[in-house]
Amino acid sequence: MSEVNRKLAMLAAIWAALILAPLWMPLVGGYTALGTRVMVLGLAAMSVNFLLGFTGVLSFGHAAWFGLGAYGCGLLLKFVALSTPLGLLAGTLLGGVMGGLLGALIVRRRGVYFAMVTIAFGQVFYYIAFQWSSLTGGDDGLRPFYRQPLHLGVATVDILHNSTAFYYFVLVCFAFAAAAMGFILRSPFGRTMLAIRENERRARFLGIPVEMHIWIAFTLSCFFMAFAGSLYALVNNFADPRGLHYSQSGDFVMMAVLGGMRTFWGPLLGAVVFVMLQDYISSITINWQIFIGLFYVACVLFFPRGVLGILRRKATT
Amino acid sequence: MRDRMIQLLLFNVTNGLIIGAFYVLMAIGLSLILNLSNVINFAHGGFLVIGGYIAYTLEPYLGFWGALVASPFLTAIIGLAVERLLISRVYGRDPLYGLLLTFGLAFVFEDGTRIIWGAQGKPFTIPAFLSQPLSNQFFFITGYRVFMVAMVTVMIALLFLLLRFTRAGIRIRAGTLDLETVAVLGVNARALRSLNFAVGIFLAGLSGVLAGGQLGLEPTMGAGLLMPSFIAIIVGGVGSLVGTLVGGLLIGVASGVTAVILPPASEAIMYVLMAVVLLVRPRGLFGEEGMLT
Amino acid sequence: MSLLRVESVSRHFGSLVAVDGVSLTVEPGELRAVIGPNGAGKTTFFNLISGFFPPTSGKIFLDDRDITGASSHRRVNMGIARTFQITEIFPELTVRENLRIPTEVAQGLRLRPWLARADDERVRARVAELLELGGLADKADRLVGELPHGDQRSTEIMMALALNPRLLLLDEPTAGMGDRETYDITTLIRNLHRGQRDQKLAIVLIEHDMRVVFHLADRIMVLAEGAVLAEGTPDEIAANERVQEAYLGKAA
Repeated sequence: MSEVNRKLAMLAAIWAALILAPLWMPLVGGYTALGTRVMVLGLAAMSVNFLLGFTGVLSFGHAAWFGLGAYGCGLLLKFVALSTPLGLLAGTLLGGVMGGLLGALIVRRRGVYFAMVTIAFGQVFYYIAFQWSSLTGGDDGLRPFYRQPLHLGVATVDILHNSTAFYYFVLVCFAFAAAAMGFILRSPFGRTMLAIRENERRARFLGIPVEMHIWIAFTLSCFFMAFAGSLYALVNNFADPRGLHYSQSGDFVMMAVLGGMRTFWGPLLGAVVFVMLQDYISSITINWQIFIGLFYVACVLFFPRGVLGILRRKATT
Repeated sequence: MRDRMIQLLLFNVTNGLIIGAFYVLMAIGLSLILNLSNVINFAHGGFLVIGGYIAYTLEPYLGFWGALVASPFLTAIIGLAVERLLISRVYGRDPLYGLLLTFGLAFVFEDGTRIIWGAQGKPFTIPAFLSQPLSNQFFFITGYRVFMVAMVTVMIALLFLLLRFTRAGIRIRAGTLDLETVAVLGVNARALRSLNFAVGIFLAGLSGVLAGGQLGLEPTMGAGLLMPSFIAIIVGGVGSLVGTLVGGLLIGVASGVTAVILPPASEAIMYVLMAVVLLVRPRGLFGEEGMLT
Repeated sequence: MSLLRVESVSRHFGSLVAVDGVSLTVEPGELRAVIGPNGAGKTTFFNLISGFFPPTSGKIFLDDRDITGASSHRRVNMGIARTFQITEIFPELTVRENLRIPTEVAQGLRLRPWLARADDERVRARVAELLELGGLADKADRLVGELPHGDQRSTEIMMALALNPRLLLLDEPTAGMGDRETYDITTLIRNLHRGQRDQKLAIVLIEHDMRVVFHLADRIMVLAEGAVLAEGTPDEIAANERVQEAYLGKAA
C-alpha cells in the first residue's frame, strides 16, 4: 500500500473508531463516559506533544494550563453564567493567556532549565488553587457546577444527563481542536517548528527568529491545553488542584511518549493505554503508584519511541 | 515596643536561616547532579525519605549517632546502584528521558517506602540533650536546630573543600564546564558521574535523617522539599553551587520573615522571589549566561 | 558601494585572540577564498560575519549599513547565508522538506498558518528548481540524514541558496570528501556563481583544498594566527614566500 493510502486508511480507521465509540465500547467492557474522558486526556497529551514532539521543547509543567482551563470553565459556570460555550471560552482564554504571558519570560532558556521553570510555574498555580480555597474550594476542589444544555436554535441538547450526547459534543470539540493542530503543523509555521526541533542552529541561520517561534508554539499549545482542561471540567463537573500538579504533567508527557512522540495520533493512543493501565492497576492494588513508577522507568529504558514510533520504523525499513 | 519588633524580626530571620540551611543541603545535592550530568533528579526527595527511614531502622542498633553516620552512606550506595543501573542509560539522550526516569523513580521510592515501613508516620528519637532549648528567651532555638545548622555548615564546608582541593573535586568542577573535554583528557567520565551522583545522594540521605529528627518520618515528606530545592537553584542561578547556597538561604529567610507579616503567604513568597528573578535577571543571581541553555 | 565591508574586527576569548584586526571588502559578484593553517581563525571570522557572536572590536557593514550588532537571523534576512564546517541540516526531514523551509522564509511565509494555492505552487516550483540545480532531484524524498556526505553538503548549500542571499559564506565545503565528491561540489559552486551572475551573488569560501581554491577564487585572503598574512590574486598568493612558510614551515 502506498504511503498516502496507508495514511488515509489509518485516518479513516481512527475517525471511525471515534465516531462509533458509544456502540463498540460497551462490547469490550467499557462505557461511553470513559471514552469521553480518554478523548479529553488524549487531546491534552496531543497538546503537550505539539510542543514536545514537534518543536522539541521540554515543557514539563504543562498541566498548569490544563488545570487553569478547568478552573476557568468551572468558575464561570459556578459564578458568572450558565453557559457551556462560555465556560469553554473562559477556560481556554485563562490558560492560554497565562501561558502566553509566562512563556515570554522563559523562552530564552532551553533543555532542563526550561523544564525546571515550567514545573515551578505549574506549582505556583497548584499552590494558588490550594490556598485560595474561598474561591477554588481548596483541596476539595471546585464544585458544584454543571455542564449546561446546549441551545442549538433548532433543538436543545441535554449534555448533562445524556452521556451519549455529551460524548458527541466532546467529539466535535476534539475534532475542531485536532483539525486546527493538524493545519498548523502542515503550514509553513509548522515547518519552522520542525526545523527548530531538528536543528536549532540551522533554523536560526535560515533566518528563523527561534525564540519568537518557540514562544508562538508554546502559546498555541497552552491554548489547546486549556481547551482540553475546560472540557475535562465539563466531563467531571468538577475541577481540582491535582489537575495542576506536576505529576499530572508527567502523565501527559508519558502518554505522548508511550504512544509515539513524533507522531500526530500517538498521544491519543498513549492516553488510551495509560488510562486503561492506571484504572486496571488501581483496581487490583492500593499500591498503584509503585507500578506506575516502574512503568515510567520501563518505558524510558525499553520503549522510548512509543507504539506508533515503532510501527512507523517497521513500515519504512 | 521597638525592642519587641527587633526581637521578632531576629526571631524570624534566624528561623528563616535554619529553614534555609536545610533547603541548602537538599538543593546543593540536586545542583551537583544537575550541573555535571544534566539530569533533574526528581527522585531526590525519595532518597531523602529513604535516608530517614534507614536511620529509623538502624537506630535501635546503632543509636542516634550511629544511625546519623551510617544512613547517608547506605543511602549513597543505593543511589550509586540506581545511577549505574538506570540513570546512566539515559545520559546523552534527550533530557526528557532523564526527567521521566527520575520522575518514575520518585513514585517507586515513595510507594516503596510505604510498602516496606507502612503508611503511618514514624517517630525518630533524638538525644534528649538536643531537644532542650538553648535559652528561655530564644525558646525556639532548640539544641537540635543548632545541631542541624552546624551539620549543614560542616557538610557544605567539607564539600567546598572537596571540590577545591581534591583531584576528584577538581575534575567534577571541570566536568561541569565541559565533560567531553575532560573525558578526552583521560578522566573516566563514567566514574566521575557516579561519584558525583553518590555525593549528591549522600547529602539527600543526610537531609532525611535531620528532617526525621525534626519532623518525624512519613513517606510523603520528600515531595514537599523538592520544590524549594528547585526554586533555590533557579533563584541562585543554574550551574552555580554558591548560587544554590545563597538561593536556599534567601528563600528560607524570605519564608521565615513572611511567616510573621503574612502567614498564609510564607510559602508563596518563594514563588514570588522566583518570578522576580526570572523577570529581572533570568540567569539567576550567580548564574552564567549560556549555562544549560 | 561594497557589498560587505569588515573593518578591523577582532575576537577575543578571554586571553585567547582568535581573530586579530582582520579587514575584508567584498564586492557584489566576487568569489573569494579564505585560506590558512588550522587554528588560523577562519571559522571564527565567518562566525563574526554571520552573527554567531559579536566582535570584541571592529565593525561590519553590509551595503554600508552597520550590522555589527545585528542578530544572526536578521543578517540572514539582510542577505547573508552560510554553511558550516560540520554540515548542519535537518536530518530527519526529506531533502525536499529541507529546501522548502528556507524557501518559505525567503518568500516571507514563515509565520503563515496556512498557504494559499498560488503561494504553495510558487514554493514548490522554486524547490523543484533548487533540487535540479543541486543535482538532488532523484533523492528529493529521502531523509537527508541517510544520504552520503556529499549529498548532505549539496543540500546544505542549496538550502543557503534558497534564501536568495547576496553573500554566501561556505565553510570548508569539500571537507572530508574524496576526489569525485570534491569535483562535484566545486562544479556546483561554480555553476551557482555563474548562474547567479545577474544577481551578482558574492561567495566567500574557506578551504583547505588548494585545487578548489585556485580553480574558483578571484582573490584569496590568507589568515595565520588570527591576522591577515597576505591578500591578492591566486598567482600573487602562490608566489608569496611568507604564505609558503606559514603552510610548510620554515624551509630546512
